[in-house]
Amino acid sequence: MTTPLLQVRGITKFYGARTGCRDVGFDLHPGEVMGIVGESGSGKSTLLGCLAGQLAPDAGEVLFDTREAGPRDTLTMTEPERRMLARTDWAFVHQQARDGLRMGVSAGGNVGERLMAVGARHYGDIRAQAVDWLGRVEIPDDRVDDRPTAFSGGMQQRLQIARNLVTGPRLVFMDEPTGGLDVSVQARLLDLLRGLVREMGLSAVIVTHDLAVVRLLADRLMVMKDGNVVEAGLTDQVLDDPQHGYTQLLVSSVLQV
Amino acid sequence: MTFEGENMSLQGRKHDAAYNFAYLDEQTKRMIRRAILKGLAIPGYQVPFASREMPMPYGWGTGGVQVSAATLTPDDTLKVIDQGADDTTNAVSIRKFFERTAGVATTEATDAATVIQTRHRIPEAPLTEDQVLVYQVPIPEPLRFLEPRETETRKMHSLGEYGLMHVKLYEDISRHGAIATSYAYPVKVEGGYVMDPSPIPKFDNPKLSDCPAIQLFGAGREQRIYALPPYTRVASLDFEDHPFEPSKADHPCDLCGSQGSYLDEVITDDRGGRIFVCSDTDYCRTRREAGHTGPQGAPDAEARS
Repeated sequence: MTTPLLQVRGITKFYGARTGCRDVGFDLHPGEVMGIVGESGSGKSTLLGCLAGQLAPDAGEVLFDTREAGPRDTLTMTEPERRMLARTDWAFVHQQARDGLRMGVSAGGNVGERLMAVGARHYGDIRAQAVDWLGRVEIPDDRVDDRPTAFSGGMQQRLQIARNLVTGPRLVFMDEPTGGLDVSVQARLLDLLRGLVREMGLSAVIVTHDLAVVRLLADRLMVMKDGNVVEAGLTDQVLDDPQHGYTQLLVSSVLQV
Repeated sequence: MTFEGENMSLQGRKHDAAYNFAYLDEQTKRMIRRAILKGLAIPGYQVPFASREMPMPYGWGTGGVQVSAATLTPDDTLKVIDQGADDTTNAVSIRKFFERTAGVATTEATDAATVIQTRHRIPEAPLTEDQVLVYQVPIPEPLRFLEPRETETRKMHSLGEYGLMHVKLYEDISRHGAIATSYAYPVKVEGGYVMDPSPIPKFDNPKLSDCPAIQLFGAGREQRIYALPPYTRVASLDFEDHPFEPSKADHPCDLCGSQGSYLDEVITDDRGGRIFVCSDTDYCRTRREAGHTGPQGAPDAEARS
Protein backbone atom coordinates (compact mmCIF):
# COMPACT_ATOMS: atom_id res chain seq x y z
CA MET A 1 0.00 0.00 0.00
CA THR A 2 1.41 3.37 -0.99
CA THR A 3 1.51 6.39 1.30
CA PRO A 4 -1.70 8.38 1.00
CA LEU A 5 -1.17 11.71 -0.77
CA LEU A 6 -3.39 13.45 1.72
CA GLN A 7 -4.34 12.33 5.22
CA VAL A 8 -6.99 14.39 6.90
CA ARG A 9 -7.51 13.93 10.63
CA GLY A 10 -10.23 15.44 12.83
CA ILE A 11 -10.65 18.74 10.98
CA THR A 12 -12.92 20.98 13.03
CA LYS A 13 -13.79 24.58 12.32
CA PHE A 14 -16.11 26.81 14.29
CA TYR A 15 -17.42 30.22 13.30
CA GLY A 16 -17.93 31.63 16.77
CA ALA A 17 -20.55 29.40 18.36
CA ARG A 18 -21.61 27.92 15.03
CA THR A 19 -20.10 24.81 13.52
CA GLY A 20 -18.41 24.99 10.14
CA CYS A 21 -17.36 21.36 10.06
CA ARG A 22 -16.67 18.87 12.81
CA ASP A 23 -14.14 16.05 13.13
CA VAL A 24 -13.76 15.26 9.43
CA GLY A 25 -11.12 12.75 8.43
CA PHE A 26 -10.20 10.73 5.34
CA ASP A 27 -7.27 9.45 3.31
CA LEU A 28 -6.73 10.32 -0.33
CA HIS A 29 -4.42 8.10 -2.36
CA PRO A 30 -2.51 9.15 -5.48
CA GLY A 31 -4.78 9.15 -8.51
CA GLU A 32 -7.92 9.02 -6.41
CA VAL A 33 -10.81 11.46 -6.69
CA MET A 34 -12.85 12.22 -3.59
CA GLY A 35 -16.26 13.80 -3.90
CA ILE A 36 -17.85 15.78 -1.11
CA VAL A 37 -21.57 16.39 -1.46
CA GLY A 38 -24.13 18.05 0.73
CA GLU A 39 -26.62 20.88 0.71
CA SER A 40 -25.77 24.56 1.06
CA GLY A 41 -24.42 25.30 4.52
CA SER A 42 -23.39 21.71 5.21
CA GLY A 43 -19.76 22.74 5.66
CA LYS A 44 -18.28 21.36 2.47
CA SER A 45 -16.74 24.63 1.31
CA THR A 46 -15.41 25.27 4.82
CA LEU A 47 -13.79 21.83 4.75
CA LEU A 48 -12.24 22.49 1.34
CA GLY A 49 -10.92 25.85 2.54
CA CYS A 50 -9.29 24.15 5.55
CA LEU A 51 -7.70 21.49 3.36
CA ALA A 52 -6.34 23.99 0.86
CA GLY A 53 -4.79 26.21 3.51
CA GLN A 54 -7.17 29.10 2.93
CA LEU A 55 -8.88 28.78 6.31
CA ALA A 56 -7.25 27.90 9.62
CA PRO A 57 -9.18 25.05 11.29
CA ASP A 58 -9.59 25.05 15.07
CA ALA A 59 -8.45 21.44 15.40
CA GLY A 60 -7.13 18.60 13.28
CA GLU A 61 -4.29 18.00 10.91
CA VAL A 62 -3.82 17.79 7.14
CA LEU A 63 -0.83 15.63 6.19
CA PHE A 64 0.33 16.12 2.62
CA ASP A 65 2.92 13.79 1.11
CA THR A 66 5.49 16.39 0.00
CA ARG A 67 8.05 15.57 -2.67
CA GLU A 68 11.03 16.38 -0.44
CA ALA A 69 10.14 15.41 3.11
CA GLY A 70 7.24 12.93 2.90
CA PRO A 71 4.01 13.52 4.82
CA ARG A 72 3.94 16.91 6.55
CA ASP A 73 1.18 18.77 8.34
CA THR A 74 0.35 21.68 6.05
CA LEU A 75 -1.33 23.54 8.91
CA THR A 76 1.92 23.87 10.86
CA MET A 77 4.02 24.72 7.79
CA THR A 78 5.30 28.25 7.43
CA GLU A 79 3.30 30.55 5.18
CA PRO A 80 5.97 30.61 2.42
CA GLU A 81 6.06 26.80 2.34
CA ARG A 82 2.29 26.57 2.16
CA ARG A 83 2.07 29.19 -0.58
CA MET A 84 4.82 27.40 -2.49
CA LEU A 85 2.77 24.20 -2.33
CA ALA A 86 -0.28 26.12 -3.48
CA ARG A 87 1.68 27.29 -6.55
CA THR A 88 3.29 23.99 -7.43
CA ASP A 89 1.77 20.75 -6.15
CA TRP A 90 -1.73 22.06 -5.49
CA ALA A 91 -4.34 23.62 -7.67
CA PHE A 92 -7.60 25.27 -6.72
CA VAL A 93 -10.47 25.59 -9.17
CA HIS A 94 -13.03 28.12 -8.01
CA GLN A 95 -16.72 27.99 -8.76
CA GLN A 96 -16.59 31.50 -10.18
CA ALA A 97 -13.90 31.57 -12.86
CA ARG A 98 -13.36 35.25 -12.18
CA ASP A 99 -12.25 34.43 -8.62
CA GLY A 100 -9.49 32.27 -10.00
CA LEU A 101 -8.46 34.35 -13.00
CA ARG A 102 -6.90 37.74 -13.47
CA MET A 103 -9.52 39.39 -15.62
CA GLY A 104 -7.23 42.21 -16.75
CA VAL A 105 -4.52 39.88 -18.03
CA SER A 106 -4.56 37.94 -21.31
CA ALA A 107 -5.31 34.22 -21.39
CA GLY A 108 -1.64 33.48 -22.05
CA GLY A 109 -0.58 35.63 -19.12
CA ASN A 110 -3.08 33.88 -16.89
CA VAL A 111 -1.71 30.46 -17.77
CA GLY A 112 1.88 31.70 -17.59
CA GLU A 113 1.56 33.30 -14.16
CA ARG A 114 2.15 30.11 -12.20
CA LEU A 115 5.16 29.29 -14.37
CA MET A 116 6.64 32.72 -13.77
CA ALA A 117 5.83 32.43 -10.07
CA VAL A 118 8.03 29.36 -9.82
CA GLY A 119 10.86 31.01 -11.72
CA ALA A 120 10.30 30.58 -15.47
CA ARG A 121 12.04 33.51 -17.18
CA HIS A 122 12.00 32.57 -20.85
CA TYR A 123 9.18 34.30 -22.71
CA GLY A 124 9.18 31.89 -25.65
CA ASP A 125 8.95 28.81 -23.41
CA ILE A 126 6.23 30.31 -21.24
CA ARG A 127 4.18 31.23 -24.27
CA ALA A 128 4.63 27.82 -25.88
CA GLN A 129 3.41 26.12 -22.71
CA ALA A 130 0.47 28.53 -22.47
CA VAL A 131 -0.57 27.77 -26.05
CA ASP A 132 -0.15 24.04 -25.44
CA TRP A 133 -2.38 24.19 -22.38
CA LEU A 134 -5.01 26.31 -24.06
CA GLY A 135 -5.12 23.62 -26.74
CA ARG A 136 -5.59 20.90 -24.14
CA VAL A 137 -8.61 22.69 -22.71
CA GLU A 138 -9.98 23.32 -26.21
CA ILE A 139 -9.35 27.05 -26.41
CA PRO A 140 -8.14 28.00 -29.93
CA ASP A 141 -4.56 29.31 -30.34
CA ASP A 142 -5.71 32.66 -31.66
CA ARG A 143 -7.40 33.50 -28.36
CA VAL A 144 -4.11 33.43 -26.43
CA ASP A 145 -3.84 37.23 -26.29
CA ASP A 146 -7.50 37.86 -25.50
CA ARG A 147 -8.56 38.77 -22.02
CA PRO A 148 -10.86 36.42 -20.11
CA THR A 149 -13.53 39.13 -20.14
CA ALA A 150 -13.96 38.31 -23.84
CA PHE A 151 -14.55 34.61 -23.06
CA SER A 152 -17.80 32.77 -22.43
CA GLY A 153 -18.47 31.27 -19.01
CA GLY A 154 -17.45 27.79 -20.11
CA MET A 155 -14.24 29.06 -21.72
CA GLN A 156 -13.38 31.02 -18.59
CA GLN A 157 -13.80 27.87 -16.53
CA ARG A 158 -11.59 25.89 -18.93
CA LEU A 159 -9.01 28.68 -18.84
CA GLN A 160 -9.03 28.52 -15.06
CA ILE A 161 -8.35 24.81 -15.24
CA ALA A 162 -5.47 25.32 -17.69
CA ARG A 163 -4.01 28.02 -15.45
CA ASN A 164 -4.10 25.64 -12.49
CA LEU A 165 -2.74 22.55 -14.16
CA VAL A 166 0.16 24.11 -16.06
CA THR A 167 2.67 23.50 -13.25
CA GLY A 168 1.74 19.81 -13.10
CA PRO A 169 0.11 19.73 -9.66
CA ARG A 170 -0.56 16.42 -7.89
CA LEU A 171 -3.62 17.50 -5.94
CA VAL A 172 -6.52 19.58 -7.25
CA PHE A 173 -9.19 21.14 -5.08
CA MET A 174 -12.37 21.95 -6.95
CA ASP A 175 -15.23 23.97 -5.55
CA GLU A 176 -18.35 23.42 -7.69
CA PRO A 177 -16.35 23.40 -10.94
CA THR A 178 -19.48 23.09 -13.07
CA GLY A 179 -21.71 25.45 -11.10
CA GLY A 180 -23.47 28.09 -13.16
CA LEU A 181 -22.80 26.46 -16.52
CA ASP A 182 -25.51 25.12 -18.78
CA VAL A 183 -25.77 21.37 -19.13
CA SER A 184 -24.10 20.90 -22.51
CA VAL A 185 -21.14 23.03 -21.44
CA GLN A 186 -21.09 21.12 -18.15
CA ALA A 187 -20.91 17.86 -20.01
CA ARG A 188 -17.94 18.96 -22.11
CA LEU A 189 -16.18 20.33 -19.05
CA LEU A 190 -16.73 17.07 -17.19
CA ASP A 191 -15.38 15.13 -20.15
CA LEU A 192 -12.33 17.35 -20.17
CA LEU A 193 -11.78 17.04 -16.42
CA ARG A 194 -12.19 13.30 -16.55
CA GLY A 195 -9.64 13.07 -19.34
CA LEU A 196 -7.12 15.28 -17.54
CA VAL A 197 -7.53 13.49 -14.22
CA ARG A 198 -6.91 10.10 -15.85
CA GLU A 199 -4.13 11.27 -18.14
CA MET A 200 -2.15 13.18 -15.49
CA GLY A 201 -2.92 10.77 -12.66
CA LEU A 202 -4.27 13.66 -10.60
CA SER A 203 -5.74 13.30 -7.17
CA ALA A 204 -8.67 15.58 -6.56
CA VAL A 205 -11.09 16.70 -3.90
CA ILE A 206 -14.31 17.89 -5.52
CA VAL A 207 -16.96 19.74 -3.61
CA THR A 208 -20.33 19.89 -5.32
CA HIS A 209 -24.03 19.58 -4.75
CA ASP A 210 -24.45 17.98 -8.16
CA LEU A 211 -24.66 14.20 -7.75
CA ALA A 212 -24.19 13.64 -11.49
CA VAL A 213 -20.78 15.31 -11.28
CA VAL A 214 -19.55 13.03 -8.52
CA ARG A 215 -21.02 9.99 -10.22
CA LEU A 216 -18.86 10.77 -13.25
CA LEU A 217 -15.69 12.00 -11.57
CA ALA A 218 -15.38 10.69 -8.03
CA ASP A 219 -14.11 7.28 -6.92
CA ARG A 220 -15.25 7.83 -3.38
CA LEU A 221 -17.89 10.00 -1.83
CA MET A 222 -18.48 11.74 1.47
CA VAL A 223 -21.92 13.09 2.34
CA MET A 224 -22.00 16.06 4.70
CA LYS A 225 -24.87 17.45 6.73
CA ASP A 226 -24.68 20.25 9.30
CA GLY A 227 -20.88 20.09 9.42
CA ASN A 228 -20.69 16.34 9.99
CA VAL A 229 -19.89 13.52 7.62
CA VAL A 230 -22.99 11.34 7.70
CA GLU A 231 -21.95 8.75 5.16
CA ALA A 232 -18.83 7.81 3.23
CA GLY A 233 -17.94 5.07 0.78
CA LEU A 234 -17.46 4.15 -2.85
CA THR A 235 -19.42 6.52 -5.05
CA ASP A 236 -21.60 3.91 -6.72
CA GLN A 237 -22.25 2.18 -3.44
CA VAL A 238 -23.34 5.37 -1.69
CA LEU A 239 -25.50 6.56 -4.56
CA ASP A 240 -27.11 3.19 -5.37
CA ASP A 241 -27.60 2.00 -1.83
CA PRO A 242 -27.74 5.03 0.49
CA GLN A 243 -27.80 4.07 4.16
CA HIS A 244 -28.26 7.34 5.98
CA GLY A 245 -31.64 9.04 5.92
CA TYR A 246 -30.22 12.29 4.60
CA THR A 247 -28.33 10.55 1.78
CA GLN A 248 -31.53 8.74 0.82
CA LEU A 249 -33.31 12.09 0.70
CA LEU A 250 -30.49 13.61 -1.37
CA VAL A 251 -30.44 10.76 -3.90
CA SER A 252 -34.21 10.70 -4.24
CA SER A 253 -34.31 14.47 -4.73
CA VAL A 254 -32.47 14.34 -8.04
CA LEU A 255 -34.80 15.27 -10.86
CA GLN A 256 -35.27 12.52 -13.40
CA VAL A 257 -35.60 13.81 -16.91
CA MET B 1 28.32 66.33 4.04
CA THR B 2 30.71 69.25 3.97
CA PHE B 3 32.08 70.40 0.71
CA GLU B 4 35.72 71.36 1.11
CA GLY B 5 36.59 75.00 0.56
CA GLU B 6 32.99 76.15 0.60
CA ASN B 7 31.78 77.24 3.98
CA MET B 8 30.27 80.56 3.04
CA SER B 9 26.89 79.13 3.84
CA LEU B 10 27.85 79.13 7.51
CA GLN B 11 28.29 82.88 7.71
CA GLY B 12 27.03 84.22 4.43
CA ARG B 13 23.47 82.94 4.28
CA LYS B 14 20.58 83.10 6.68
CA HIS B 15 17.27 81.34 6.52
CA ASP B 16 13.96 82.99 7.32
CA ALA B 17 13.95 82.98 11.13
CA ALA B 18 10.20 82.38 11.25
CA TYR B 19 10.86 78.78 10.19
CA ASN B 20 12.78 76.05 11.91
CA PHE B 21 15.80 75.00 9.84
CA ALA B 22 14.49 73.34 6.64
CA TYR B 23 10.83 74.01 7.57
CA LEU B 24 10.11 70.79 9.52
CA ASP B 25 10.42 70.69 13.31
CA GLU B 26 13.27 68.71 14.83
CA GLN B 27 11.06 65.84 16.07
CA THR B 28 9.63 65.32 12.60
CA LYS B 29 13.09 65.32 11.05
CA ARG B 30 14.26 62.74 13.59
CA MET B 31 11.26 60.58 12.73
CA ILE B 32 12.06 60.84 9.02
CA ARG B 33 15.76 60.13 9.65
CA ARG B 34 14.82 56.96 11.52
CA ALA B 35 12.76 55.88 8.52
CA ILE B 36 15.68 56.71 6.20
CA LEU B 37 18.11 54.70 8.32
CA LYS B 38 15.74 51.77 8.39
CA GLY B 39 15.36 52.04 4.62
CA LEU B 40 19.13 52.04 4.18
CA ALA B 41 19.43 49.00 6.43
CA ILE B 42 16.85 47.08 4.35
CA PRO B 43 17.51 48.20 0.76
CA GLY B 44 14.37 48.37 -1.34
CA TYR B 45 11.97 47.90 1.60
CA GLN B 46 9.21 50.50 1.82
CA VAL B 47 9.32 52.01 5.31
CA PRO B 48 6.07 53.67 6.41
CA PHE B 49 6.51 57.14 7.90
CA ALA B 50 4.21 59.83 9.23
CA SER B 51 4.23 62.12 6.22
CA ARG B 52 3.45 65.74 7.10
CA GLU B 53 1.40 68.32 5.30
CA MET B 54 3.79 70.48 3.34
CA PRO B 55 3.11 73.94 1.92
CA MET B 56 2.67 72.44 -1.56
CA PRO B 57 0.19 69.99 -3.00
CA TYR B 58 0.69 66.22 -3.05
CA GLY B 59 2.22 65.26 -6.34
CA TRP B 60 4.60 68.22 -6.27
CA GLY B 61 7.33 66.37 -4.46
CA THR B 62 6.20 66.46 -0.84
CA GLY B 63 7.91 63.13 -0.14
CA GLY B 64 11.19 64.24 -1.67
CA VAL B 65 11.00 67.60 0.12
CA GLN B 66 10.53 65.93 3.50
CA VAL B 67 13.44 63.57 2.88
CA SER B 68 15.60 66.49 1.73
CA ALA B 69 14.58 68.52 4.79
CA ALA B 70 15.64 65.68 7.07
CA THR B 71 18.90 65.20 5.16
CA LEU B 72 20.09 68.80 4.73
CA THR B 73 22.64 70.40 7.05
CA PRO B 74 23.61 74.10 6.96
CA ASP B 75 26.83 73.15 5.12
CA ASP B 76 25.08 71.38 2.27
CA THR B 77 24.75 72.59 -1.29
CA LEU B 78 21.39 71.75 -2.83
CA LYS B 79 20.49 71.10 -6.44
CA VAL B 80 16.90 70.45 -7.53
CA ILE B 81 15.96 69.05 -10.90
CA ASP B 82 12.63 68.27 -12.51
CA GLN B 83 12.81 66.00 -15.58
CA GLY B 84 16.54 66.75 -15.59
CA ALA B 85 16.07 70.52 -15.78
CA ASP B 86 17.05 73.05 -13.10
CA ASP B 87 14.80 75.78 -14.45
CA THR B 88 11.33 74.22 -14.46
CA THR B 89 8.57 75.37 -12.10
CA ASN B 90 8.82 72.47 -9.69
CA ALA B 91 12.61 72.66 -9.44
CA VAL B 92 12.69 76.43 -9.04
CA SER B 93 10.01 76.53 -6.36
CA ILE B 94 11.56 73.73 -4.29
CA ARG B 95 15.00 75.33 -4.56
CA LYS B 96 13.56 78.67 -3.40
CA PHE B 97 11.70 76.90 -0.61
CA PHE B 98 14.94 75.57 0.85
CA GLU B 99 16.84 78.80 0.21
CA ARG B 100 14.27 80.53 2.35
CA THR B 101 13.62 77.94 5.05
CA ALA B 102 17.13 76.46 5.37
CA GLY B 103 19.41 79.13 3.93
CA VAL B 104 21.55 76.47 2.28
CA ALA B 105 23.70 77.17 -0.74
CA THR B 106 22.13 76.10 -4.01
CA THR B 107 23.66 75.22 -7.32
CA GLU B 108 22.80 73.98 -10.76
CA ALA B 109 26.10 72.15 -11.18
CA THR B 110 25.76 68.44 -10.46
CA ASP B 111 29.35 68.05 -9.27
CA ALA B 112 29.05 70.99 -6.85
CA ALA B 113 25.93 69.67 -5.10
CA THR B 114 25.93 67.53 -1.97
CA VAL B 115 22.18 66.90 -1.94
CA ILE B 116 20.27 66.56 -5.21
CA GLN B 117 16.50 66.33 -5.17
CA THR B 118 15.16 64.95 -8.42
CA ARG B 119 11.94 64.24 -10.19
CA HIS B 120 11.99 61.65 -13.01
CA ARG B 121 15.73 61.69 -13.83
CA ILE B 122 19.17 60.69 -12.61
CA PRO B 123 21.82 63.28 -13.59
CA GLU B 124 24.05 62.30 -16.52
CA ALA B 125 27.26 63.24 -14.70
CA PRO B 126 28.49 60.39 -12.49
CA LEU B 127 27.64 60.84 -8.81
CA THR B 128 30.17 60.55 -6.00
CA GLU B 129 30.32 59.19 -2.46
CA ASP B 130 29.86 62.73 -1.13
CA GLN B 131 26.40 63.07 -2.61
CA VAL B 132 22.83 62.15 -1.68
CA LEU B 133 20.24 61.75 -4.43
CA VAL B 134 16.64 62.26 -3.24
CA TYR B 135 13.85 61.02 -5.52
CA GLN B 136 10.27 62.24 -5.54
CA VAL B 137 8.03 59.19 -5.76
CA PRO B 138 4.35 59.28 -6.72
CA ILE B 139 3.51 55.59 -6.21
CA PRO B 140 6.09 53.56 -4.30
CA GLU B 141 4.40 50.18 -4.73
CA PRO B 142 5.56 48.45 -7.94
CA LEU B 143 2.77 45.89 -7.62
CA ARG B 144 0.00 48.42 -7.11
CA PHE B 145 -1.62 48.24 -10.54
CA LEU B 146 -1.38 44.46 -10.56
CA GLU B 147 -2.70 43.83 -7.06
CA PRO B 148 -4.80 46.58 -5.51
CA ARG B 149 -4.83 45.24 -1.92
CA GLU B 150 -2.06 46.65 0.27
CA THR B 151 -2.34 43.69 2.68
CA GLU B 152 -1.70 41.35 -0.24
CA THR B 153 1.20 43.34 -1.77
CA ARG B 154 2.93 43.47 1.62
CA LYS B 155 2.60 39.72 1.90
CA MET B 156 3.96 39.32 -1.63
CA HIS B 157 6.99 41.44 -0.74
CA SER B 158 7.61 39.60 2.51
CA LEU B 159 7.40 36.21 0.79
CA GLY B 160 9.23 37.34 -2.33
CA GLU B 161 6.32 36.35 -4.59
CA TYR B 162 7.12 38.41 -7.63
CA GLY B 163 5.74 36.21 -10.40
CA LEU B 164 3.06 38.80 -11.03
CA MET B 165 5.64 41.42 -11.93
CA HIS B 166 6.74 39.22 -14.81
CA VAL B 167 3.12 38.75 -15.85
CA LYS B 168 3.08 42.48 -16.55
CA LEU B 169 6.22 42.20 -18.69
CA TYR B 170 4.75 39.12 -20.41
CA GLU B 171 1.65 41.14 -21.28
CA ASP B 172 3.86 43.89 -22.70
CA ILE B 173 5.64 41.47 -25.02
CA SER B 174 2.48 39.65 -26.11
CA ARG B 175 0.79 42.92 -26.95
CA HIS B 176 3.65 45.06 -28.29
CA GLY B 177 6.32 42.52 -29.26
CA ALA B 178 8.76 44.00 -26.76
CA ILE B 179 8.77 45.18 -23.17
CA ALA B 180 6.96 48.47 -23.67
CA THR B 181 7.38 49.72 -20.11
CA SER B 182 9.62 52.74 -20.64
CA TYR B 183 9.63 54.45 -17.26
CA ALA B 184 9.17 53.34 -13.64
CA TYR B 185 10.69 50.09 -14.83
CA PRO B 186 10.71 47.62 -11.90
CA VAL B 187 14.04 46.58 -10.43
CA LYS B 188 15.22 43.91 -8.02
CA VAL B 189 17.48 45.12 -5.23
CA GLU B 190 20.36 42.81 -4.24
CA GLY B 191 18.27 39.79 -5.28
CA GLY B 192 15.68 40.71 -2.64
CA TYR B 193 12.92 43.28 -2.82
CA VAL B 194 11.37 44.41 -6.08
CA MET B 195 11.31 48.19 -6.11
CA ASP B 196 9.77 50.99 -8.13
CA PRO B 197 12.65 53.31 -9.08
CA SER B 198 10.15 56.22 -9.34
CA PRO B 199 9.16 57.32 -12.85
CA ILE B 200 12.70 57.67 -14.18
CA PRO B 201 13.10 56.58 -17.82
CA LYS B 202 14.41 53.04 -18.08
CA PHE B 203 17.45 54.63 -19.73
CA ASP B 204 18.46 55.66 -16.19
CA ASN B 205 17.97 52.23 -14.60
CA PRO B 206 21.59 51.08 -15.04
CA LYS B 207 22.74 54.16 -13.11
CA LEU B 208 20.83 52.95 -10.03
CA SER B 209 23.15 49.99 -9.68
CA ASP B 210 26.52 50.23 -7.98
CA CYS B 211 26.06 53.98 -7.51
CA PRO B 212 28.57 55.63 -5.12
CA ALA B 213 25.95 58.11 -3.86
CA ILE B 214 23.23 57.39 -1.32
CA GLN B 215 19.84 57.17 -3.04
CA LEU B 216 16.73 58.01 -1.01
CA PHE B 217 13.14 57.75 -2.21
CA GLY B 218 10.29 59.69 -0.60
CA ALA B 219 6.57 59.29 -1.32
CA GLY B 220 4.62 61.95 0.59
CA ARG B 221 1.04 61.05 -0.22
CA GLU B 222 1.67 57.32 0.11
CA GLN B 223 3.77 57.86 3.26
CA ARG B 224 6.66 55.62 2.32
CA ILE B 225 10.42 56.03 2.32
CA TYR B 226 12.86 53.58 0.78
CA ALA B 227 16.54 53.71 0.04
CA LEU B 228 19.54 52.29 -1.76
CA PRO B 229 22.85 52.42 0.13
CA PRO B 230 25.96 53.19 -1.96
CA TYR B 231 27.15 50.42 -4.26
CA THR B 232 23.93 48.42 -4.11
CA ARG B 233 23.36 45.91 -6.89
CA VAL B 234 20.13 46.77 -8.71
CA ALA B 235 18.89 44.61 -11.59
CA SER B 236 16.08 45.49 -13.99
CA LEU B 237 13.57 42.65 -14.40
CA ASP B 238 13.46 40.95 -17.78
CA PHE B 239 13.13 37.66 -19.66
CA GLU B 240 16.04 35.56 -20.87
CA ASP B 241 14.90 35.93 -24.49
CA HIS B 242 13.80 39.56 -24.07
CA PRO B 243 16.62 41.14 -22.06
CA PHE B 244 16.34 44.58 -20.50
CA GLU B 245 17.32 47.39 -22.87
CA PRO B 246 17.77 50.98 -21.75
CA SER B 247 16.33 53.11 -24.53
CA LYS B 248 16.51 56.70 -25.70
CA ALA B 249 15.67 58.70 -28.80
CA ASP B 250 18.00 57.56 -31.59
CA HIS B 251 19.48 61.00 -32.17
CA PRO B 252 22.32 63.19 -30.89
CA CYS B 253 21.53 66.26 -28.78
CA ASP B 254 20.86 69.14 -31.19
CA LEU B 255 22.56 71.64 -28.90
CA CYS B 256 25.59 69.85 -27.48
CA GLY B 257 25.90 66.87 -29.84
CA SER B 258 25.94 64.30 -27.03
CA GLN B 259 25.27 60.79 -28.31
CA GLY B 260 24.82 59.15 -24.95
CA SER B 261 22.49 61.37 -22.94
CA TYR B 262 18.73 61.09 -22.48
CA LEU B 263 16.87 63.45 -24.80
CA ASP B 264 13.71 65.52 -24.71
CA GLU B 265 11.86 66.09 -27.95
CA VAL B 266 10.95 69.77 -28.17
CA ILE B 267 8.40 71.06 -30.67
CA THR B 268 9.70 74.35 -32.01
CA ASP B 269 6.89 75.55 -34.27
CA ASP B 270 3.51 74.47 -35.62
CA ARG B 271 4.95 73.20 -38.94
CA GLY B 272 6.45 70.00 -37.57
CA GLY B 273 9.76 71.53 -36.50
CA ARG B 274 11.35 69.71 -33.62
CA ILE B 275 14.69 69.38 -31.92
CA PHE B 276 16.13 66.82 -29.56
CA VAL B 277 17.94 68.25 -26.56
CA CYS B 278 19.49 66.79 -23.42
CA SER B 279 16.93 66.58 -20.65
CA ASP B 280 19.76 67.20 -18.18
CA THR B 281 20.23 70.98 -18.64
CA ASP B 282 23.38 71.16 -16.50
CA TYR B 283 25.03 68.37 -18.49
CA CYS B 284 24.13 70.05 -21.78
CA ARG B 285 25.40 73.47 -20.68
CA THR B 286 28.64 72.00 -19.31
CA ARG B 287 29.28 70.29 -22.63
CA ARG B 288 28.51 73.40 -24.66
CA GLU B 289 30.81 75.47 -22.46
CA ALA B 290 33.52 72.89 -23.10
CA GLY B 291 33.12 73.52 -26.81
CA HIS B 292 30.85 70.69 -27.94
CA THR B 293 28.21 71.66 -30.46
CA GLY B 294 25.28 69.77 -31.90
CA PRO B 295 23.68 70.08 -35.36
CA GLN B 296 21.67 73.14 -34.29
CA GLY B 297 23.79 74.21 -31.34
CA ALA B 298 25.98 76.94 -32.76
CA PRO B 299 23.39 79.51 -33.81
CA ASP B 300 21.57 78.98 -30.54
CA ALA B 301 24.69 79.66 -28.51
CA GLU B 302 25.37 82.84 -30.49
CA ALA B 303 21.86 84.06 -29.94
CA ARG B 304 22.26 83.70 -26.21
CA SER B 305 25.48 85.70 -25.91
